[in-house]
Amino acid sequence: MSGMAVQTLADRLKAAFPDAVRDVVIFRGQATVTVGKTSILDLLRFLKEEPECAFNHLADLCGLDRGPAHEPRFGVVYNLYSLTHRHRIRLCAEVPSDDCTIESAGALWEGAAWHERECYDMFGIVFVNHADLRRVLMPEDWTGHPLRKDYPVEGPAERWSGYEEVVRKAEAFRKHELRKR
Amino acid sequence: MEPVGITGTDTRRELTLNMGPQHPATHGVLRLTLDLDGEMVVKCTPHVGYLHRGIEKLAESRTYQGVMPLTDRLDYVASVGNNIGYCLAVERLFGIEAPERAQYLRTIVFEMSRICSHLLWLATHALDIGAMTVFLYCFREREWLLDIFETICGARLTVSYPRIGGVLQDMEPEVLESLDAFTRMFPGKILEYETLIDKNRIWLQRTQGVGVIPAKEAIRWGLTGPTLRGSGVSYDLRRDAPYDAYDRVEFDVPIGKNGDVYDRYRCRMEELRQSNRIIQQCLAALPAGDILAHDAPDLDMPLAGKKELVPEMSLGNASIGFGDAVPVAPKGEIYSAVEVPKGELGFYLMSDGTGNPCRMRVRAPSYVHAGALAKMCEGAFIADVIAVIGSIDIVMGECDR
Repeated sequence: MSGMAVQTLADRLKAAFPDAVRDVVIFRGQATVTVGKTSILDLLRFLKEEPECAFNHLADLCGLDRGPAHEPRFGVVYNLYSLTHRHRIRLCAEVPSDDCTIESAGALWEGAAWHERECYDMFGIVFVNHADLRRVLMPEDWTGHPLRKDYPVEGPAERWSGYEEVVRKAEAFRKHELRKR
Repeated sequence: MEPVGITGTDTRRELTLNMGPQHPATHGVLRLTLDLDGEMVVKCTPHVGYLHRGIEKLAESRTYQGVMPLTDRLDYVASVGNNIGYCLAVERLFGIEAPERAQYLRTIVFEMSRICSHLLWLATHALDIGAMTVFLYCFREREWLLDIFETICGARLTVSYPRIGGVLQDMEPEVLESLDAFTRMFPGKILEYETLIDKNRIWLQRTQGVGVIPAKEAIRWGLTGPTLRGSGVSYDLRRDAPYDAYDRVEFDVPIGKNGDVYDRYRCRMEELRQSNRIIQQCLAALPAGDILAHDAPDLDMPLAGKKELVPEMSLGNASIGFGDAVPVAPKGEIYSAVEVPKGELGFYLMSDGTGNPCRMRVRAPSYVHAGALAKMCEGAFIADVIAVIGSIDIVMGECDR
């Protein structure tokens, strides 16, 4: 791996933001930096704009649920990559369940807003200052957030409101007889 | 461009049009809401999710081995790429490595799937734009490779041929011979496709200068793969973060200049040649040996930690009890990315020691590219939207997961 070693990168980040960085774990050569959510934008901007870091490619942004027993329960994971130095780092911002919000990174990367919509859809994490925070994969009137640990794999007990409408439409279409040749 | 309403003498009127989800050129179930000023797209809003099957949620209740067939259903056009991407992520998590022969075999099938995917892309992309002849020519060569897939594992599309720590089974000599014959025949066929469309004036006018995205913006939107390289950014994970046998083969990473539909087309055509080159080199250098690592996890790996019987001995009393549960997987987080035909496919795995992933995230290139459609279609004509969708090679199975 060219570029700075992951340990050096994590140390640099810790030196620049001693209050925000809570934990650094190196596992199989990848660094996971756990941070508080309040200064997440500053951290991301630092990593993006500092010439030695230059993490210009937001490879991935996703949510995380550790389960109702854990606190802080949620997390937002940023997988960053530098196209110039070819190194990676991972930030995990802790999001508590009683204040399920975090600042949007849409100002730094246009692509972040699209990932954040999915994260909101799946985990119910609200991104502050997001231009267009709507559900993206689930129907607009869906209740619940499927990737939360307390959401059943088979889905909720009651059916989605749109289901009745689909059945009704199918019934209505059945009345039209196909023209016989 | 400002939206125009009917005010004063201005009689222009803005029209909102739904393209899809049942549109033959949207490659599945993609819906675009187009705000139009005449023929011009003022604003494009993509809507995805019609094919959402909850693969990330399902993975949380299956063992690492059991997730494997789900990954086939992401990008079903090139399922081997997803399989290998997933296998590599789990292998990195477990700290195991596939034997050398398996690495070469995986590189071969990976590039075969890239050729399959690019051929299907070329066939449908050309069909969308109106060059219908190319379609069946591409399917003819793709058939050859699909037959090889069928011979090595019994499936043509959703193959699940790779395994965590290796591959399912070795390739027979006849298969290798057939593949060798393919690589000798294929470069001539690429020329054939190019003769059909590359000097076609209609093709050039429909693609050049259409759907332009400059390099800086492409990076900010998170584009990857040929869609990013068409804008002139040289980023290919096979070269920048090599896996399997990619560090032992020679290949070029073709890049474009203008970031339009034409440059993305040129990149993929060159990639076909490079993939063919990689397969040739792998066939020549294929080492003998095992195809599955000895420390690979069992296919029927347990969900919870295994408990072992521990005999307890003391004077006058002997008993057998259960010891503490042995973790099935190491605890930790891993992000592993591979270069699939569409771009960067990333798997982010979080393990809590049990046999199923605590969280599996699939970073799908098609999902990111679908979001960027809003940018690429802005200011284009309706007919160009078709060309742009084709040029990002979107597969909705991967986009919606």
